[in-house]
Amino acid sequence: MPLIEKQFFGRRPPEITDSKFAGRLFVIEGADGSGRSTQILLLSQWLESEGFAVQHMGLRRSTLVADELEDAKQGNVLTHTTMSLFYATDFFDQQVHDLVPALRAGLIVLADRYVYTLMARDIVRGTDRGWTRNLYSPALVPDAVFYFRVGARQLVERNVQKNATLDYWESGMDLGLSRDMFDSFIKYQRLLAAEFAAMHAEFGFQVINANQRIERIQRELRRRIGKLLGIHAASA
Amino acid sequence: MADTQRPYSGKLIAVEGLDGSGKSTQIYLVKRWLELEGYRVFFTEWNSSILVKKSTSKGKKRLLLTPTTFSLIHATDFADRYDRQILPLLRAGYIVLADRYIYTAFARDAVRGCDRDWLEKLYQFAVHPDITFFFRVPLEVSLGRILEGRPQLKYHEAGLDMGWSADPYESFRMFQSRVHEQYEAMIEQFQFTVVNATREIHQQQSEVRRLITERIDLSGFRRPAVR
Repeated sequence: MPLIEKQFFGRRPPEITDSKFAGRLFVIEGADGSGRSTQILLLSQWLESEGFAVQHMGLRRSTLVADELEDAKQGNVLTHTTMSLFYATDFFDQQVHDLVPALRAGLIVLADRYVYTLMARDIVRGTDRGWTRNLYSPALVPDAVFYFRVGARQLVERNVQKNATLDYWESGMDLGLSRDMFDSFIKYQRLLAAEFAAMHAEFGFQVINANQRIERIQRELRRRIGKLLGIHAASA
Repeated sequence: MADTQRPYSGKLIAVEGLDGSGKSTQIYLVKRWLELEGYRVFFTEWNSSILVKKSTSKGKKRLLLTPTTFSLIHATDFADRYDRQILPLLRAGYIVLADRYIYTAFARDAVRGCDRDWLEKLYQFAVHPDITFFFRVPLEVSLGRILEGRPQLKYHEAGLDMGWSADPYESFRMFQSRVHEQYEAMIEQFQFTVVNATREIHQQQSEVRRLITERIDLSGFRRPAVR
């Protein structure tokens, strides 16, 4: 793949001196239960069969703070601002230690969520939009962002099927929207969806209707990514 | 998010200055003075939140930190202390004393190459102090005070992560001189109250106490008498 000068949302951070990369970054965004990990797994298989090396990234996976973030999540003792900054630290640690080296080495990086989820979560919790945009301005702009859109009701269905329970954070219980977890989940996911909808145009999301069957979604993704990589997508 | 009006009845006093400027000694003496006089006072220092300490020390030990994550982890530490201690205590009517405040981040992180505008927006959630004392010393004096005993300099403290020099002492000098420039440039922008920190400790302290008394009506901060 040819070297491409990658852009940052704002100014280039000081630790990344050269941002010409051979690799590509594709991001999948969407709520829990929207099918992100299934699709990423299938995409990886396909890309590897086409001879591309793949690397994954996601949230809360940094060496620096992932464990501490997990502790904080369990204890629910951090304020929103502190939590935002902690997540940002996690993201920028991964960006410099995992993402950038992979892109430099010419890998395809598939991100299971990216800064958009972090920004949406912050904004739904009352953080100033300008503040959170500034926070993530030293992040790399992906080559494409696919947003999986699923209705809130369907999300409940899938989450309950998968875990037999709703997750405290994915239900936005810390927001006090409702004491009823089901109610809170629906309200919280709708707030997030509205925030994502507001981001579509600004960040050029490609919206995928994730209410469809797995195979169909995969075919759609392969077609779009294949075009970007100059390969023909075989059927899923 | 930036508060133009102050949503609290307390007062915030911060001290800033180079390592070796003597600011920690001065703020300690202010704390003792206010405590012994019976005022409601709370002291907080830079990089001291227990919650994020583990990550900070891990990052520093393993040399994982880059300018951006170094900056963010300190911002996380600050936000934790700000949201849980500084702001609630200001609202509860305390005099909060801060040994280093957001200006330390502005200075050090800018030296590490972070964008100043990014930094200022990052810390926009924090109010500016009622008084920020800047303990001003010539660079050579502060370097002398720190380096005299040939101490073991910490990696980041010495700015060794910048790769300017392999010699910790040389690196420390270079780093401090740039931090010094940053501070000097902030004096006007953030209306620092400059204290000549080359004078004797008790002289500085009496000036600091005088300035505090002039600018803050301390009578409102007295603890109720214990019966």
